[in-house]
Amino acid sequence: MTADIAAILAIDGIATGAVYALVAIGTVLIFTVTRVIFIPFGDIAAFTALTLAALDARQLPGTVGLVVVLACMACVMELASLARAGELRAAPKAVLGYLVLPLLAVGIVWLVMRISPPMPIRIVLALLLILPIAPLLDRIVFRPIADASVLLLLTVSVALHFALVGLGLLFFGPEGVRTEPLTSLALDIGDVHVPGQTVLILTAALVFSGLLFLFFDFTLLGKALRATALNRTGARLMGIRPARAGTIAYLLGSLMAGVSGILIAPVNTIFYDSGFLLGLKAFVGAIIGGMISYPGAALGAFGVGILESFASFQSSTLKDVIVFSLLIPVLLWRSLASQHSEEEVEE
Amino acid sequence: MTLAQIRLIVAAVVACIIAAPLVLNPFSITLLNYIGIYALAAIGLALLTGVGGIVSFGQAAFVGIAAYSTAWVTALNGYSPWLGLALAVVLTCSVAAILGLVTLRLQGHFLSLSTVAWGLAIAFLFGNIEGLGEHNGISGIPPISIGPVALVESWQIYFLIWAIVGAVLLLCYNLLDSRIGRAMRALRGGNTLVESLGISAFRIRLVTFVIAAFLGALSGWLYAHLGRFVSPGPFDASMGIEYLMMAMVGGSGSILGGVVGAAIVTLLKNSVQDYLPLIAKGASGQLEIVAFSALFILFLQRARQGIVPFFSGFLPGLKMSRPQTAAPLPRREQPAPGTLLLKVSGAQRRFGGLVAVNNVSFEVRSGEILGLIGPNGAGKTTMFNLLTGALRTNSGEIKFADRSITHDPQFRIARSGISRTFQHVKLRPHMTLLDNVLLGTYSRTTTGLLAGALRLNHAEEASARYEALRQLERVGLADKPFELAGNLPLGNQRVLEIARALAADPTLLVLDEPAAGLRRQEKQKLAELLRSLRADHLTILLVEHDMEFVMSLVDRIVVLDFGSKLCEGGPAAIRSDARVQEAYLGGVA
Repeated sequence: MTADIAAILAIDGIATGAVYALVAIGTVLIFTVTRVIFIPFGDIAAFTALTLAALDARQLPGTVGLVVVLACMACVMELASLARAGELRAAPKAVLGYLVLPLLAVGIVWLVMRISPPMPIRIVLALLLILPIAPLLDRIVFRPIADASVLLLLTVSVALHFALVGLGLLFFGPEGVRTEPLTSLALDIGDVHVPGQTVLILTAALVFSGLLFLFFDFTLLGKALRATALNRTGARLMGIRPARAGTIAYLLGSLMAGVSGILIAPVNTIFYDSGFLLGLKAFVGAIIGGMISYPGAALGAFGVGILESFASFQSSTLKDVIVFSLLIPVLLWRSLASQHSEEEVEE
Repeated sequence: MTLAQIRLIVAAVVACIIAAPLVLNPFSITLLNYIGIYALAAIGLALLTGVGGIVSFGQAAFVGIAAYSTAWVTALNGYSPWLGLALAVVLTCSVAAILGLVTLRLQGHFLSLSTVAWGLAIAFLFGNIEGLGEHNGISGIPPISIGPVALVESWQIYFLIWAIVGAVLLLCYNLLDSRIGRAMRALRGGNTLVESLGISAFRIRLVTFVIAAFLGALSGWLYAHLGRFVSPGPFDASMGIEYLMMAMVGGSGSILGGVVGAAIVTLLKNSVQDYLPLIAKGASGQLEIVAFSALFILFLQRARQGIVPFFSGFLPGLKMSRPQTAAPLPRREQPAPGTLLLKVSGAQRRFGGLVAVNNVSFEVRSGEILGLIGPNGAGKTTMFNLLTGALRTNSGEIKFADRSITHDPQFRIARSGISRTFQHVKLRPHMTLLDNVLLGTYSRTTTGLLAGALRLNHAEEASARYEALRQLERVGLADKPFELAGNLPLGNQRVLEIARALAADPTLLVLDEPAAGLRRQEKQKLAELLRSLRADHLTILLVEHDMEFVMSLVDRIVVLDFGSKLCEGGPAAIRSDARVQEAYLGGVA
């Protein structure tokens, strides 16, 4: 391996790592606020890419059907649980939140698509369509078991991922997509050619993690989310509703995942099931950061991206084996580093 | 139900299974074959996940290693399937042992995540190794032959599969009712509990893990020779979660649940394949996985306990006979009264900047009851954890019976003769009183895994059961030995913990706030019990808040305050000590 090849591999790895970093930060965000290890973020990213591709082709994306189905289910569930609690007064609000708002997003996309909007608008539309999915899934799948153990939530999360892969095939079909490049510019540093897309990916990753940082440190809502992450009961006593904090976390996480999907779509061909590996690798990064630290998760994700890039140069077939085998020493180190004061005992 | 009735039911079920090929069509038999094969893997997972509390997403990888091993031996190298079985079992168990050695020290969800990691890594390997046919798999696997008979037809291998399932069920039930099995059932109570009984939690986890892999290996071997073809697909991550689903739907704490779960999932899958095309044409494949995942999620939300535990709740309980008199278990040699038993010198423990225990020294002499008291935050519980090995000292030394235990792991300290109880009662609520106390005899018995599974341990098991009953009698809980521990009131649960500790035949009994949360009469009864134990020359160290309880009971008191030893002496001296009064009541203004 020459220095040139190493540089190319490193740049490639950093670009992939930046995409993983966005998803990893979303994963950490959800885990700290809701204790759910949300494996399906990779699927959200892949669905965003597929949505954008459909919009590029002037078609109504499959996401529309998915959002409508999920919104109806979530709304029915919310109404049922309100009725059971005898709080039907809150029904209009529930319908607004779980049915009208998601359908509004769908409606906007449907309307705007009639005028063949330019690329940036299409990206916004794709994100708009993807945002409701995770919060709706949260309502349908995780809210009824919000107090269960991390382990049970993880099991449910893995099952949910498989459901989403099936739905992805149903709504998007088996064809892979590759969207138009966001930029054709390129940068030459010395002998090394850096594609504009790579620069864009890095910039987006930095900007969005920066925004998240500002949100957490300088807004009341961000502080409320951090409080929920630290202590649910304590936050509840301070008037913060963990369910609402969860919804916001899912929205933010989906935004990160959606952006990563849009960034990766011009570089890699995305299929309905591409999200799994994307999500898992991001997740490896998140674990390197201990599932609690955003900078740690981002650094971990970059590490995974670079490792993957070099591993695929050595052996393209075994790169995934190498990446996932890496997780075991990382977990060991993490498990030793985190002192569990009180064991989680299940009955 | 009596044992005879259960035997009758089992005999009827076995007769039905034997008669099945006579009445059912070949398709149904093939279905039953797959149910049996999946059941083996699911039973392994039921042991690992339900009994041991280790949620594994990687069981499919073990099944795959075995299937590929036997395919390699038979189809690619032309040897006998029995040699394939040998390699399958050896390789799978070795891989499991290595993975277990590396990962089983992980905590909670970290451990489960590691199973996702190696499960995926192994699944990717199958599709990418040249010698194993890559993504095309290996075909032309020969059938299993027993003597001259090749098991080609599905009804022929049917008998082999279900004979293995039956044997596995029997062995697993025996195992769970033996010494190692009880330790496995205690795993979900947490490491501190298990280790306090003198059991190495890590070793028991490893054993459980390898057993689960072994059952996966049997499953994989049969799978390869039933389908006569292997490819990476059936061993990937989605199959890993399907096995988990089988184990959990059946009732993951129950061995029979593995079979029931495998049957339900397989039949459901089969009927979904039949009916989904009627609902949505051309989309059945993807709807299948959606329907399955949705059902699984619904199940996890609504009915986590699973089918077998749900239905067995309606069955009349099994009538069990009280343990008979048997030869006593060997006893430890107790030191002469008054000899130095425990010596803590200069123990220190820091948590970051906080010094929870600072340079504390004291001694416990054989035959006495020593009270360790102090106001809130004095470091009593930390000191207690240092003594029992739940925490490590930063400096200082702890000697027990002339041997340093400063660096011993918890289970070794427990084995050397220190038995403890817990401030927040740690019992196995779904185990009987007798089984809970039997856990205490672990360190005094020797029955191994195989001896337990094959029931070769009659004499020792009888002695242990008799000993457990004797300890229940000693603490006054012997009237209902088969009651579930979770049904006892708190006071009796504490007493049950003492019986469990006594079953280990300890030299030193350490009690962590035994009177906390007890009513007055319960406290008096507890004090009486402790006095009677002292009369039997047992040494007791107790950490306690309740002054009245301590003063009337103990011989000597050590007072801690802000992590340091304030003073020590007899109850009367401590009561009149000005420093103690100041620590508890504040200074006189």
